[in-house]
Amino acid sequence: MQRYILSKKNSITLISAILIALAFFGRFSLDNMAIFNWSLIIASILGVAPIAIQAFQALKVKVVSIDVLVTIAVIGAVLIQNYEESAIVTFLFLFGSYLEQRTLNKTRSAIKELTELAPESALKQMENGEFEEVDVDDVDEGDILLVKTGAKVPVDGTVLTGEGHINEASITGESVPVSKRVDSEVFAGTILENGTIQIRSDRVGEDTTFGRIIELVEEAQDSKSEAERFIDRFSKYYTPAVLVLGFIVWLFSKDIELAITILVLGCPGALVIGVPVSNVAGIGNGARNGVLLKGSEVINDFSRVDTIVFDKTGTLTVGNPEVAEKEFYGNNTEEILGYLASVERESDHPLAKAVLQDIGETTFYTVEETEVVKGGGIVAKIGVHRIAVGNVALMEKENVKLSEKAKKDVERFERNGNSLVLTAVDGELKVLMGIRDQIRPGVKKDLQNLKKLGVKNLVVLSGDNQGTVDLVARELGLTEAHGHMLPEGKSAYIEKMQAKGQLIAFVGDGVNDSPSLALADIGIAMGSGTDVAIETSDVVLMNSDFSRLPHALGLTKLTSRNMKQNITIAVGVVLVLLASLLFSEWMNMSIGMLVHEASILVVILNGMRLLRYRLRG
Amino acid sequence: MQKAVIQLETLSCPSCMQKIENAVKGLNGVNQDSLKVLFNASKVKVDFDSETITVNDIKKAIEDLGYPVVKSKVKSA
Repeated sequence: MQRYILSKKNSITLISAILIALAFFGRFSLDNMAIFNWSLIIASILGVAPIAIQAFQALKVKVVSIDVLVTIAVIGAVLIQNYEESAIVTFLFLFGSYLEQRTLNKTRSAIKELTELAPESALKQMENGEFEEVDVDDVDEGDILLVKTGAKVPVDGTVLTGEGHINEASITGESVPVSKRVDSEVFAGTILENGTIQIRSDRVGEDTTFGRIIELVEEAQDSKSEAERFIDRFSKYYTPAVLVLGFIVWLFSKDIELAITILVLGCPGALVIGVPVSNVAGIGNGARNGVLLKGSEVINDFSRVDTIVFDKTGTLTVGNPEVAEKEFYGNNTEEILGYLASVERESDHPLAKAVLQDIGETTFYTVEETEVVKGGGIVAKIGVHRIAVGNVALMEKENVKLSEKAKKDVERFERNGNSLVLTAVDGELKVLMGIRDQIRPGVKKDLQNLKKLGVKNLVVLSGDNQGTVDLVARELGLTEAHGHMLPEGKSAYIEKMQAKGQLIAFVGDGVNDSPSLALADIGIAMGSGTDVAIETSDVVLMNSDFSRLPHALGLTKLTSRNMKQNITIAVGVVLVLLASLLFSEWMNMSIGMLVHEASILVVILNGMRLLRYRLRG
Repeated sequence: MQKAVIQLETLSCPSCMQKIENAVKGLNGVNQDSLKVLFNASKVKVDFDSETITVNDIKKAIEDLGYPVVKSKVKSA
């Protein structure tokens, strides 16, 4: 019976609206007070039923909830025969909670979209070798599963047979399909766009990368900041206090109407709901845009950050060195480049790759007696010529004399942050190449946006040499740049800055910077959902996308402001209501309930704005 | 000890949380410290002793408050 009434809450709301309309029609058009009174009485009783049931259940577990306040108020109103008030208050309360639920679902929609990506079924190989569709919960580690074109990969696993392209957007935020073949890893929640594969299940359910991301986001949206815990404790005592206050007022004034009005006005709705609403909308926006924020404490801290530290130049650069400058000494350049390419072809050094890429098509020669000089380069023979390719140290070892011009070039290239590759043929310097990493496209603008958002210091701590680091810093307008840094040095630096009272965010990939990630006030992991990064950091930028960083910062600033607005609205409304009860004539129960429900909707709508946030400019 | 994850229909009032918290905490055999009522996710997570209480008892306690359970999962904690 109780459950039946509760499940019909929406119909009850509708019926009581019709009854109230009928009552006023009866009174003003038909001049019939009986219709008026009886319609309202029925509306009151009908409307208060679900509220009273909830109130009763709350009291059973020793909670004085809003339902309790409203139920007492409505019963009080009926006793003093103010049916108009009792009917309208119950209707507004029910209609308000209906709207609340509708709008709350909107604020939660972003995260819901994410969780709905979770796979539900799988094609599992049974004992007879056939594949049968089973619930994803029935898949265990080690099971063999079949994934067809268009289907979701149900678990984390390894490809056994077949190949195809998989859209991993749900894990990495990157929607360009990734090619998978035998032994490739596949992830739950990703979609096989073409091909058919059989996989062995490695991790299932909440242990999959996708499962962990969902769990993290779900916990984050319900994690509470200090302020929220305070509000929770406060409201635990606040609601009973309102009840006591109403009772005292009644004792002294013998004015039931005033007493029950206080009960309605005192409802704490907007206050309790305001912060969670901003929180869930903000985190939802982030999740949709490849930014995982771990809770409202993180949002508040990140929004006030004044220094952002980057873990290495690789975060800001492409990480793919290219030949940036070159000088030739002497003639027959074509032939020399052919020699150089032939020798470099023997090496898998990253600089060699850059050199080969720069030379492109050329004539290759047979290389003999290749010898790798550790920390220097390569020496080899092509025909009768002795070729040395490497750094300045190698040239000295090979007794290659550098001309004045060459020395100046070397200096200039180094100053520009290049790594050097020199080529000597038969003891004579022929080519000098400067190779350096390129700045990632868009990074400069992203950093400017961060500054615009109020970040004072942008710092890079790198293991690279100071020249390289300085160059990147100059080009990007960083405030500080430190080279030759070891992981310990990085965490020491963060401690030093924190001692100066700065709020530090550390951006790293989580591979060997876990101490710094944990130490910083805000650890930001740039990773495609790697385990360590997800666990130790406060913010995860999916798919290592640097451009998410300004979005993340802007979003936390807005979310944090949104929470404060909601608290202000909620507290303000209660104060105004109480003040107008004491100092003005127009306040009564219905208006109180109307304002109260309206304030709840206002904070929810305010929170919803966060879902639409996009970083401008 | 087993861990129950109970998915409820959308929770819309924060005072529901308090009610559910108190109701589940009052049950014999649940680990009170492990109890988490997630408002936005509309989920209840709790560890319980499978010898004293079943997940159905926990579900019933919540449903009696008027919050329908959508589905529940139990795994070893």
